[in-house]
Amino acid sequence: MRNPAGCLPMTLLHTEASAPTAVDPVIVVKGLDKTYAGGFQALKPIDLTIRRGEIFALLGPNGAGKTTLISIICGIVNPGNGSITVDGHDVVRDFRATRSRIGLVPQELTTDAFETVWNTVSFSRGLFGLPPKPAHIEQVLRDLSLWDKRNNRIMTLSGGMKRRVMIAKALSHEPSVLFLDEPTAGVDVELRRDMWNLVRRLRDSGVTIILTTHYIEEAEDMADRVGVINKGELILVEQTATLMHKLGRKELTLQLHDPLAAVPASLSRYPLALSADGTELTYTYDTQAEHTGITALLGDLAAAGIRFRDISTRQNSLEEIFVDLVRSR
Amino acid sequence: MNWYAIAAIYKFEMARTRRTLMQSIASPVLSTSLYFVVFGSAIGSRITSVEGVSYGAFIIPGLIMLSLLMQSVSNASFGIYFPKFTGTIYEIHSAPVSFVEIVAGYVGAAATKSVIVGVIILATARLFVDYRIAHPLLMVAFLLLTAITFSLFGFIIGIWADNFEKLQVIPLLVITPLTFLGGSFYSIHMLPPLWQKITLLNPVVYLVSGFRWSFYDLADVGVGASLAAIAGFLVACLVAVGWIFRTGYKLKS
Repeated sequence: MRNPAGCLPMTLLHTEASAPTAVDPVIVVKGLDKTYAGGFQALKPIDLTIRRGEIFALLGPNGAGKTTLISIICGIVNPGNGSITVDGHDVVRDFRATRSRIGLVPQELTTDAFETVWNTVSFSRGLFGLPPKPAHIEQVLRDLSLWDKRNNRIMTLSGGMKRRVMIAKALSHEPSVLFLDEPTAGVDVELRRDMWNLVRRLRDSGVTIILTTHYIEEAEDMADRVGVINKGELILVEQTATLMHKLGRKELTLQLHDPLAAVPASLSRYPLALSADGTELTYTYDTQAEHTGITALLGDLAAAGIRFRDISTRQNSLEEIFVDLVRSR
Repeated sequence: MNWYAIAAIYKFEMARTRRTLMQSIASPVLSTSLYFVVFGSAIGSRITSVEGVSYGAFIIPGLIMLSLLMQSVSNASFGIYFPKFTGTIYEIHSAPVSFVEIVAGYVGAAATKSVIVGVIILATARLFVDYRIAHPLLMVAFLLLTAITFSLFGFIIGIWADNFEKLQVIPLLVITPLTFLGGSFYSIHMLPPLWQKITLLNPVVYLVSGFRWSFYDLADVGVGASLAAIAGFLVACLVAVGWIFRTGYKLKS
């Protein structure tokens, strides 16, 4: 039965974590690099601090090093040089303390096909060193709409349901840090919506969430901060809003009253683009510049006798910023 | 020590046994019963006795050891190989478990299964022949030590193997021939003198000999040598497993 409220009760979630603050790091990565046995350098020295209670989106093209970074923090891949601490505990020397705090939903749908949903989620809780707590497992399954499927073998479930099972496994030991590696890859719209609702609720309860996604509009919508990684190098870490503000460009589009054959020479100093049918002029400007040039442009348009019937502006998306950043490297 | 993790892995592996009861339990019991019929009754009826023990009874320790070795290796190797194959091994790596706990869970379950098979075969043998157990405690000790040691060996094979063929190569091409040539069905004293010496290089000889001694006080080699051989192999396997987890060989990149 589906939980109509769609809410994850507070009892389910780790509540030790405090509200997000700028000076309360939960994960600190210092000078971490990674070169695989074949000589491929997956990570160049990386410094990164994840703040307690935030949603941090790690963006990057395929092969950029996102999964390697997550895998090292979680203990799946051996680290190179540098250090990582989780709540002040070193991930190598004090792996029990760090791993018990972390839940991981990996990118691949890797499940125990022959096991039932209940057994596999209970197995995960035991593996993380916690005594059985059927009430918690039941709550997780209900919140992920898996309760009706608890006795089903995983091999009989759809891809979306398997993804939910993997999330349930990651939440079985009540982690305070949750890694979601491409959680919405290949899932339908409903599950994506449910998943982001769940992520919000987890964050609201104090869980720190680090996610990677190719759906950059989702990161723009969800993340408190964004990190962009490319070719193993962390090229940017910024508050999402600040990033949009700093690197966001705007476009001013003018719907012309009369079509133009070409941009008049008197307007050549402006970065203007004329649509193919000559009915739209688009002016791109930097929101951070001292002068946007809009006032002067409108004056010069009037002087040139160009009239327009409508005007609109559009902010470029995080996706466009991301593409620009990655291309510029 | 993360006891809950050990219990979780152990129960998970034992659940797999229950799901595959025919393959895990019934199949080795049936095949061993066939050995009793063929070697014990059909051929064995023409062999009066070996060193005072009826041939049917003489082969019991060897048959149990044959199943024990095969079951221990295949259970443990498959147990760790399967999560590698499906990718679910990520969860083991990301959990707060040490290699000792991982090994205890997988090897403990594999050894339990093979001991269960061994005990069932011992009980089944009673249907065909009469036998005695002269040193029950040492018999149990041999049974447990062999099951644990060869489960460790199987665990190493499961980590080393990166496809199903490799998983089968060692049990089929190494364990089975060594077991058949290790005195399971005969006393090595029946061999020509040169082969008696050569066969002492086969470690399974020491296992079968020691195990048979615990039944009938009959041994091809001294019981001390048998215990030393199995203890030596156990230590070698432990060292290898320790090295695997320290280096991440075939487990972590």
